Amino acid sequence: MTTLVIAEHNNEQAQASTFTTIAAANQLSGDTVVLVAGHNCQTVGEQIAKAEGIAKVLVADAEHFSNLVAEDVEKLVISIAEDYSHILAPASTFGKNFAPRVAANLDVQQISDITKVESDDTFERPVYAGNAIATVKSNDSKKVITVRSTGFDAVAQEGGSASVESISATDHVGTANYVGEELTVSERPELTSARVIVSGGRGMGSGENFEMLETLADKLGAAVGASRAAVDAGFVPNDYQVGQTGKIVAPELYIAVGISGAIQHLAGMKDSKVIVAINKDEEAPIFQVADYGLVADLFKVIPELNEAL
Amino acid sequence: MKILVAIKRVIDANVKVRVNAENTGVETANVKMSMNPFCEIAVEEAVRLKEQGVATEIVAVSIGPQQAQETLRTALALGADKAILVKSDDDLESLAVAKVLKNIVEKEEPQMVLLGKQSIDSDNNQTGQMLGALLGWGQGTFASEVKVADGKAQVTREIDGGLQTVELGLPAIVTTDLRLNEPRFASLPNIMKAKRKPLEEIAVADLGVDVAPRTETLKVANPPARQEGIKVETVAELVEKLKNEAKVI
Repeated sequence: MTTLVIAEHNNEQAQASTFTTIAAANQLSGDTVVLVAGHNCQTVGEQIAKAEGIAKVLVADAEHFSNLVAEDVEKLVISIAEDYSHILAPASTFGKNFAPRVAANLDVQQISDITKVESDDTFERPVYAGNAIATVKSNDSKKVITVRSTGFDAVAQEGGSASVESISATDHVGTANYVGEELTVSERPELTSARVIVSGGRGMGSGENFEMLETLADKLGAAVGASRAAVDAGFVPNDYQVGQTGKIVAPELYIAVGISGAIQHLAGMKDSKVIVAINKDEEAPIFQVADYGLVADLFKVIPELNEAL
Repeated sequence: MKILVAIKRVIDANVKVRVNAENTGVETANVKMSMNPFCEIAVEEAVRLKEQGVATEIVAVSIGPQQAQETLRTALALGADKAILVKSDDDLESLAVAKVLKNIVEKEEPQMVLLGKQSIDSDNNQTGQMLGALLGWGQGTFASEVKVADGKAQVTREIDGGLQTVELGLPAIVTTDLRLNEPRFASLPNIMKAKRKPLEEIAVADLGVDVAPRTETLKVANPPARQEGIKVETVAELVEKLKNEAKVI
């Protein structure tokens, strides 16, 4: 038995999700092998080779891998799939995009978003926006799995000394072509790996009012998130969204400001270690999951909080 | 061009789901069912593409129990031209659904299949991509914008760091994200008209597709409950608690 992990990276360094996915892989029997598909990404391979519990890193380098499309990852993974009993990818937009293609190609029913490994074929995963936890056993001979980052602690990124091998890249499939990207540029930490998150909801009233939260975030070294309601209202872009259909986060501290706490939002943040809710409506469901609730007008207390920190 | 829209009947997004007493699933008796919200967005996008003159025909397809007919009627009321119900009393896994859809695609020969990115019950986010792989088609998942011109589709995708654009040769798969559009409500005249639109029923067993389950759900349990927290009265008290009690700042 050997597990293949498909690394998420930007050709310069591996994302945090790669190391949590490796953590899940290391809980399975057998070796863990990591595949880095990219362009001029040798340093990523060397970085991952130092992580804990890895037998080997495979690097597939090609110009058409510089911005990966799902169709090309599918083809590459299929070209080496035979050697592996388990194929794991992060349950990020990167992994979600190609993993089901790999699964269908191999005639396997994928297990999405696992939060716990019970055994080599049995896993826990949240369903219904995290309102239920299903224990699922796969009877397929191969397993294709996506791993929810908040379910696993990242492996140590030092101490390992796996070999780094080059493998041949598969050809560009051509049914989909990368055109471009508009990435949100921010000095703040990334939402899914931030230690502290300050999130705003519909109660913020406008996009301009998010500036207060940005000030607070900068004082705490935090990322800024939002509820779906705030995204739908056009206050902030969709990549801020925390919830069932956005990002799943579990920081040390989550501060929810002007968020009522719809189940779809709670699904994305209720595993946070400490939750603070600030809302003027004391009946808001967010208070049911909050460790510390402050019933107050956010426009009064956020400036106060910014002052106090 | 012809568009196929796949839709799923799920527990309504506003229902608080409860794990059943046997720990085998969630309570579904007397629970309001609706079209999966992402599927509504998919139907809306198909209708808009038809309004733009890009699409000429919209076929809605659902795989589910007899009652999924109501969900298909909703799609017809929103603007789909005809509907196909593939009847199955068992909940099919996404791989099986993708195989059934492939069968329908081969008969209907659409130039685009629109699907929701995930259903809010199983939260799998798989079917569109699986169908893409089975058909060998390109895909634009988590779409926030779809433009069709010159036999190609340009799809802007919601990704973790922002937005990404891909160009797809047709036929292609598109799965919808939240901001793609805001679905309309069906008007009463359109609801009445939908009753006369064609709705074909096929039993899943008649398709000759392998839909046998590959996984077993051993248990469905409640998530661990959070301990009840406290209310603080002032900002000063909040800061003090975060510093000294929770020790997170």
